[in-house]
Amino acid sequence: MSLFSSKDLKLLTNPLNMNNPITIQVLGICSALAVTVKLEPAVVMSVSVLFVLALANVIISLLRNTIPTRIRIIVQLVVIASLVIVVDQVLKAFVYDVSKQLSVFVGLIITNCIIMGRLEAFALGNKPWPAFLDGVGNAAGYGVILIVVAFFRELLGSGTIWGFQVIPEGFYEMGYANNGLMILPPMALIVVGIIIWIQRARSRDLIES
Amino acid sequence: MNVQGNTYTFVYASILVVVVASLLAFIAVKLQPIQARNIQNEKMQNILASAGIESSRDKAKELFDKHITKSMAINSKGEIVEGQVAFDIDLKKQLDKDEANRVLPVFLCENQGNTYAILQVRGKGLWGPIWGYLALEKDYNTIFGAIFDHKGETPGLGADINKDWFEHPFKGKKLFDEEGKFVSITVYKGGKGAAKAIGDLDHGVDGISGGTITCKALETMLNADCLVNYVEFLKKSKGK
Repeated sequence: MSLFSSKDLKLLTNPLNMNNPITIQVLGICSALAVTVKLEPAVVMSVSVLFVLALANVIISLLRNTIPTRIRIIVQLVVIASLVIVVDQVLKAFVYDVSKQLSVFVGLIITNCIIMGRLEAFALGNKPWPAFLDGVGNAAGYGVILIVVAFFRELLGSGTIWGFQVIPEGFYEMGYANNGLMILPPMALIVVGIIIWIQRARSRDLIES
Repeated sequence: MNVQGNTYTFVYASILVVVVASLLAFIAVKLQPIQARNIQNEKMQNILASAGIESSRDKAKELFDKHITKSMAINSKGEIVEGQVAFDIDLKKQLDKDEANRVLPVFLCENQGNTYAILQVRGKGLWGPIWGYLALEKDYNTIFGAIFDHKGETPGLGADINKDWFEHPFKGKKLFDEEGKFVSITVYKGGKGAAKAIGDLDHGVDGISGGTITCKALETMLNADCLVNYVEFLKKSKGK
């Protein structure tokens, strides 16, 4: 048996497009608003979510046959919260600058509905390896949208990419101005909306009757 | 074994909680010294940066020992308080006390033959605390450099108080007017060129468009909230 069967591959690629956690399932919107003002925090947030989601999926999948149904949500929350605290502590100790950048966002991972959603919907009923792939796939799907939104918000809102000025000074002298609205949370929703629009226009079977 | 039974559920939950709690406690205790060192080094870096000395986190301690020739604790009457380690003073706790009991840190920094007095300030921003370090020139009046930082101001707006373009204009501004009255710094609303438009070149800097509340908080920090405690000390030192 090869490492990636076609079913496994689907677990990885599906969330990137046809079953994207943000644009199709509309999960994780709150953090998508918070961290997409600049590209850098968006990328770090995506990586942190990838780590937490993949690991939480594996742990819950390993424990799945021992967890009493009545307290399963609590068990899931305990696993997620502990992982997030571990990530936070490790960042603070070894990459202090990154942890300062992220500040409250690391804590926000706990409330990310994608993580709870995947644990409940997938990890509880599948073996560790598919659960791991599902975690990576969904976190990547989340990350892709985050990065696209952050790219446009930073470019149009601040005229920079990854903190570097990309819109030349000459433009500003000719009367170009950064769009302050892009920095505010509502524009993240509108950008996500536009992405959903484009995606549905391209694949007709996503449109509800 | 009945996985859904009450006894099992209770035992499962108890074991889970104990295991997770000990794991987290273990990690927190193990990493605590490294984290504390990071925070200390950052403080040293900030103090040095206000006097224009760039340092990396690893070099901070070495450079701090080299350049900071003297550190002292003063009270709001401008007298030096003995028996206090200036570096360890928690400004937040001090500002919560009555004015008479406050102790504030002053660092004297020497670089390329010049001596700067570095003051620490702390205030309340829009979402959380803001703080900073002011390096003053020999006249205890002109600002040589300023470093600000914040806990959680709005990214792209108020959070920009820790950016060079905001901090740089503080250089050369004066805390006292010509009659020797403490006027501190005013942060003008209106973004780039606002202070110039008003004509306040000695005591005014440009604010951040969209970050007015943070800017006004910073202005208060440099006046009634915190810096005012240093006024007597500055006046005394100036006379020397």
